[in-house]
Amino acid sequence: MDINDLRSLFTVLVFGAFIGIVAWAYSSKRKQAFDEAARLAVDDEEPAAGGGAGQQHN
Amino acid sequence: MREVNTIMQSQATYDYKVVRQFAVMTVIWGIVGMLVGVIIAAQLVWPDLLPFEWLSYGRLRPLHTNAVIFAFGGCALFATSFYVVQRTCHTSLFLPGLATFIFWGWQIVIVLAAITLPLGFTQGKEYAELEWPIDILITLIWVAYAVVFFGTIGIRKTPHIYVANWFYGAFIIAVALLHIFNSAAIPVTLTKSYSAYAGVQDAMIQWWYGHNAVGFFLTAAFLGMMYYFVPKQAERPIYSYRLSVVHFWALVFTYMWAGPHHLHYTALPDWTQSIGMVFSLILLAPSWGGMINGIMTLSGAWHKLRDDPILKFMIVSLSFYGMSTFEGPMMSIKTVNALSHYTDWTVGHVHSGALGWVAMISIGSIYYLIPRLFGKSEMFSVKLINVHFWLATLGTVLYIAALWISGVMQGLMWRATNADGTLTYSFVESVKASYPFWTIRVGGGVLFLTGMLLMAYNMYKTIASGRAVDDAPVLAPAHAH
Repeated sequence: MDINDLRSLFTVLVFGAFIGIVAWAYSSKRKQAFDEAARLAVDDEEPAAGGGAGQQHN
Repeated sequence: MREVNTIMQSQATYDYKVVRQFAVMTVIWGIVGMLVGVIIAAQLVWPDLLPFEWLSYGRLRPLHTNAVIFAFGGCALFATSFYVVQRTCHTSLFLPGLATFIFWGWQIVIVLAAITLPLGFTQGKEYAELEWPIDILITLIWVAYAVVFFGTIGIRKTPHIYVANWFYGAFIIAVALLHIFNSAAIPVTLTKSYSAYAGVQDAMIQWWYGHNAVGFFLTAAFLGMMYYFVPKQAERPIYSYRLSVVHFWALVFTYMWAGPHHLHYTALPDWTQSIGMVFSLILLAPSWGGMINGIMTLSGAWHKLRDDPILKFMIVSLSFYGMSTFEGPMMSIKTVNALSHYTDWTVGHVHSGALGWVAMISIGSIYYLIPRLFGKSEMFSVKLINVHFWLATLGTVLYIAALWISGVMQGLMWRATNADGTLTYSFVESVKASYPFWTIRVGGGVLFLTGMLLMAYNMYKTIASGRAVDDAPVLAPAHAH
């Protein structure tokens, strides 16, 4: 086994890891966590124009 | 409980100062960089435009690329990443003092570039021209950037790390790696150094750097911008968070291998060229996955495009992203590259990405940020944003269409042979035939630059009637449910 076999093996391992990530991302177990994560961008409300601390609605 | 959290958090405020500084400088450096672009475009049409050696095309061209990529694009990325990481992690910045160093350090790098490049000090590597003392300063700033960004993620008050931060994070790590390896050089004097690599290895490392500067600086980082500001402006979460996770890993796994397509038909081994081509073709999938994810975020709310010019900027930028990430893989195919390489087609392709995608998503995001950083509900004039949008779109289309035509024409003229095997055209004949298209290109650039000037005016009026917001309360910690 020379270094080129190791390189081939590495490519296969990395490809396998990617397939694993796809399966993990689309597993139904992750759905709720991802839905929560997706809200992180839209739920960080802006204070109203010229606003201070008091106008925040959470 | 929610009220209690709000009150408890009311003392803590977001660090907006560094975001404000970088946001304002984005517009200013954008104008400077694009002005230099217009000047060098004009120099191709009128070669004797500026009779000084330090303002000649060869000296100004790297100044243009460095200014638009690292000054305009860089400031936009610092501004948005510091804003996004704070807001999506529900915490203020980690080591805000270091952020001040990053801002002033980066401005010094830009000024040093603007001085040394026209003077002719260069390492001669495309997009990595700056000499070794400036490279060391960049390294220090970049380490500080990584500390502040990842430190902020480390002290987050949310269970998840929002996907935009993954893209920004990959950008910071990859650019550190690229910069250190490609800038490795043996200094001879303060202003002169020689690359640590020789021959084809030097070329391969340069284009491993060059293409990943496109992949991680000009793509991954701006996708981070897209994943926060498109949902914000559309007021709905990203179309598919799952797709964004797959998008991220697919992009990270493939981009690193695409560099050899810059060295087709050179001394680079043939198999390396083929790997570069294959990985470039694979890249179409994650690129379009990301584009579809961004555009489909508007699904069911398309009417918002009608009267929201900021959203127009963002969605059109994604369309240009889709177009140039289709064009790119196509141009990486060796037989297509045989026609396109060394012609204006490449320059047109780069600007379809740089003006259409990078600049337009940045402009949209900065228009989103300015009112929020200066205590206004919207920009001084929304109408002017709309005018800016049309100037930018028209300018980009004119630019890339002109260079498509001149590029394909040049490629065809250079390869045309007579029956006896001699070349049909001399090189200078292809130059002569290109003049009309280079003139149109100047026009496209002027339109784009005019839009940026309107943006600067709009920004000035917004800031003049606003106030620096330093009391935006940090959001209450989020918990996993």
